[in-house]
Amino acid sequence: MSIAETTTKPGLSISGLNISFRNKDGWTSVVRDLGFDIAPGETVAIVGESGSGKSVTALSVLGLLPQQSTRIEGSIRLGDKELLSLSPKDLKALRGNDIAMIFQEPMTSLNPTMCIGEQIAESIIAHRGISKAEARAEAIRLMEKVHIPSAARRYGEYPHQFSGGMRQRVMIAIALACKPALLIADEPTTALDVTIQAQVLNLIKELQEEEGMAVLFITHDMGVVAEVADRMVVMYRGDVVEEGTTTEIFANARHPYTKALLSAVPQLGSMSGSNDPQPFAIYDINTGLAAEASVLQSTVDTSEVLLDVKDLSVRFPVQQTIFGKVTARVHAVENVSLTLARGETLAIVGESGSGKSTTGKLITGLLHPTAGKVEICGKPMRSDTRQSLSRSVQMIFQDPFASLNPRLTVGRAITEPLRIHKLATEKEQDEIAASLLTRVGLSPEIAKRYPHEFSGGQRQRICVARTLALKPSVIIADEAVSALDVSVKAQVVNLLLELQQEMQLGFIFISHDMAVVERISHRVAVMYLGEIVEIGPRAAIFSNPVHPYTRRLIEAVPVPDPSRRSDRHKIADSEIRSPVRAGDYIVPTRTYREVSPGHLVQEVGPEWAA
Amino acid sequence: MFWFLRRGIASLIMLWVIVTLVFMSIHFVPGDPVELLLSQDGGSADPATVQMIREDLGLNRPIVEQYVEKLKGLASFDLGRSMVDDSSVSAEIARRLPRTLELIGLAALISLVIGIPAGIYAALHTGKSFDRAASYVAGFAQGIPVFVLGTLLILVFSQMLKLTPAGGFVAFSQAPGKHMLLLLMPSLSIGIGLAAIVFRITRASTLEVLPLDYVRTARAKGLGDRRIVLHHILRNALIPVITIFALQIGSLLGGTVLVEYVFNWPGLSGMLVSGVNARDYPTVTGVILVISALFIGLNFLVDVLYGLTDPRVRK
Repeated sequence: MSIAETTTKPGLSISGLNISFRNKDGWTSVVRDLGFDIAPGETVAIVGESGSGKSVTALSVLGLLPQQSTRIEGSIRLGDKELLSLSPKDLKALRGNDIAMIFQEPMTSLNPTMCIGEQIAESIIAHRGISKAEARAEAIRLMEKVHIPSAARRYGEYPHQFSGGMRQRVMIAIALACKPALLIADEPTTALDVTIQAQVLNLIKELQEEEGMAVLFITHDMGVVAEVADRMVVMYRGDVVEEGTTTEIFANARHPYTKALLSAVPQLGSMSGSNDPQPFAIYDINTGLAAEASVLQSTVDTSEVLLDVKDLSVRFPVQQTIFGKVTARVHAVENVSLTLARGETLAIVGESGSGKSTTGKLITGLLHPTAGKVEICGKPMRSDTRQSLSRSVQMIFQDPFASLNPRLTVGRAITEPLRIHKLATEKEQDEIAASLLTRVGLSPEIAKRYPHEFSGGQRQRICVARTLALKPSVIIADEAVSALDVSVKAQVVNLLLELQQEMQLGFIFISHDMAVVERISHRVAVMYLGEIVEIGPRAAIFSNPVHPYTRRLIEAVPVPDPSRRSDRHKIADSEIRSPVRAGDYIVPTRTYREVSPGHLVQEVGPEWAA
Repeated sequence: MFWFLRRGIASLIMLWVIVTLVFMSIHFVPGDPVELLLSQDGGSADPATVQMIREDLGLNRPIVEQYVEKLKGLASFDLGRSMVDDSSVSAEIARRLPRTLELIGLAALISLVIGIPAGIYAALHTGKSFDRAASYVAGFAQGIPVFVLGTLLILVFSQMLKLTPAGGFVAFSQAPGKHMLLLLMPSLSIGIGLAAIVFRITRASTLEVLPLDYVRTARAKGLGDRRIVLHHILRNALIPVITIFALQIGSLLGGTVLVEYVFNWPGLSGMLVSGVNARDYPTVTGVILVISALFIGLNFLVDVLYGLTDPRVRK
């Protein structure tokens, strides 16, 4: 039965697809004349930045767009079935059965009030009408298939007891429940850490080979495309600009937009042989021509230490007995020591829970350390010096949409730090706002407008302008470019580098994105479970990673080059461990070994054996 | 099960704190309570009588002794005797409390049966005629004071249609039918306003849950509408409804006084009000303690309900 089933799976065929949304002014076209085919067993990726129409396309295949406010024309066929003319009832029978979908956000895509197993089983019951007990057995089998350890025991657990990577495995199990002919994966790994991303991509590939299904992969990440897709469709603002096999497009992109997109993708290893950061070449989307990237002068002045952090630790109690005795703590940051010289960029890399953001907050004084000291420009941070010292350390955050107060004009937002520290008169503030906006490449006229009128990239520039208001010597950028589209990301990175050139700023660049880090940092610190496991000059870390965790991290980064796909290692199905320790946990004494000048590696503990 | 125990212990501690506060309140009010009681007509009280009542209430003994005595009394559900007619406060509360509880209970039932389905239906069909009509009705029902609504109900059902008596109380054991008929109108007066609140919260929280990712996941699974609404939307949307509903019910415990007056229903609120008027300390503190205990019990129940609906609470 199963052989017959796998051989007769139909493929997907989309032609002449036009989608428009209704808004108050009439219809807005969001996808125009889209067409492509996916054969059984094949993977096609739709690639584009936000607003390109890629997710809308995916939802239209499943008939999940709101009916009243959407107009869909054209043809979407699965085998010989025309999906656009199906009745709602037939469509329901098709969803989850012939076509299944996994989404970007594993943290919110599962119902928090229903146990994991039931969420898998209900899909099977809905489509196959089998008994609860049979569905339960089948669900456990599926959980095993997506490599969820001790599946039978975890059947009754709830989503909040699962990590992000494990939840995405559950989503995949749900999607595979009825052996679909087509799997749509909408940015399935974007919210995951790199090592987990590699595991999930491997899993999807493995299951696709087993089941022989067609996969429609939606992503903005060229590295992921190179990794998984046989063919790709590049979309730009609702139009297909280029289509072809992945190898062909990566080797020889024809459309200017594709060229721009590919060149904005940071390539790991592209920086070997240089010690200083290098700006991205900015490509013009219309012509595809690169603007010459300026060569930077070295900015590092090691004679002046901006930041000296010694043995910094912070722990939070997470569980207490009724009598207040702590039985478990998060060791968020443990014995972290680092320095930052004038004009230097130190990148802190690591995955979720590694303590990199917490370290940033400790340095700015947003959190109080349990132990250790922070010195800024030679002055120790204490409760009485915190306010004055915090002027010289400013922060840029990840989400430019959430980090600007929607009720403050751009100008007021930028000058707010000046008012808090009472440093300028109203008139001076206006002048400062105007000059800072010019400085970050925006028009000074926008000072009177509100944040919602601007795009993510523009808002992040506004945030940068705000951090500059107090003339800081250190800027802490916490995942500052992670939420931005690739082309915008390149521009903001270039802006930061320019500012460093001009003002000799010191940057602490907190990021999980190894490729961007390689581009812009002088030195790199790798954090794992609250500790620095490796720190040193960027070139040394990337060319000669010594700690097993650093190696794993670098290996897991998808390489945007389809020809190098085969030499990838299989990543073990390990989870990132948790920094929650028992109340009586004794922190092991760590020693560091100097591999080359300035390149320190923590002595590898027994947990890394094997 | 640990969360369950912990909440239970917390509730008991809270109850003890309230008992202590209520006990101390009598010592914190300015002036001597007994003198206050006896000097109602402006004249000063007879010292001999004051002394007698003080001894009667035990106010002349050391405060610690009084406190221990009070706790002992409470352990055997003894709330003291009324200063007005020397009747047992516990017995009177035991007689009146069930009446108030059945009033609140039926009102709660009415409000849930109307409010939740209407709220979900309105949220699933926002902007349609039912949603708009129901929102107007709810606004009206929420705005109308209960004594106005109660009077209107009497006017329509008792005076014009002559379906029910205008008010009063008959014990269930004597005439079950009449008891329920008499109970219905005051319950409706409270229940309609409560239904409007339940409707609004249910509608709003359903609208919040509808666009969430896991509802989209449920749709993508190809589940039936019924299952999506019951298992994926309703269960999550109910969490804020439980919170607001419990607060409302809690405030009704001592707040049914208006309805009790309009319908001549001899419940607990009426007892509290007349106790306050007569400066009858044992009655007032007794009723307050019982209401507080019920409130704490209700909150504990809500915590348990939370745990049942939302697994993340069970820690």
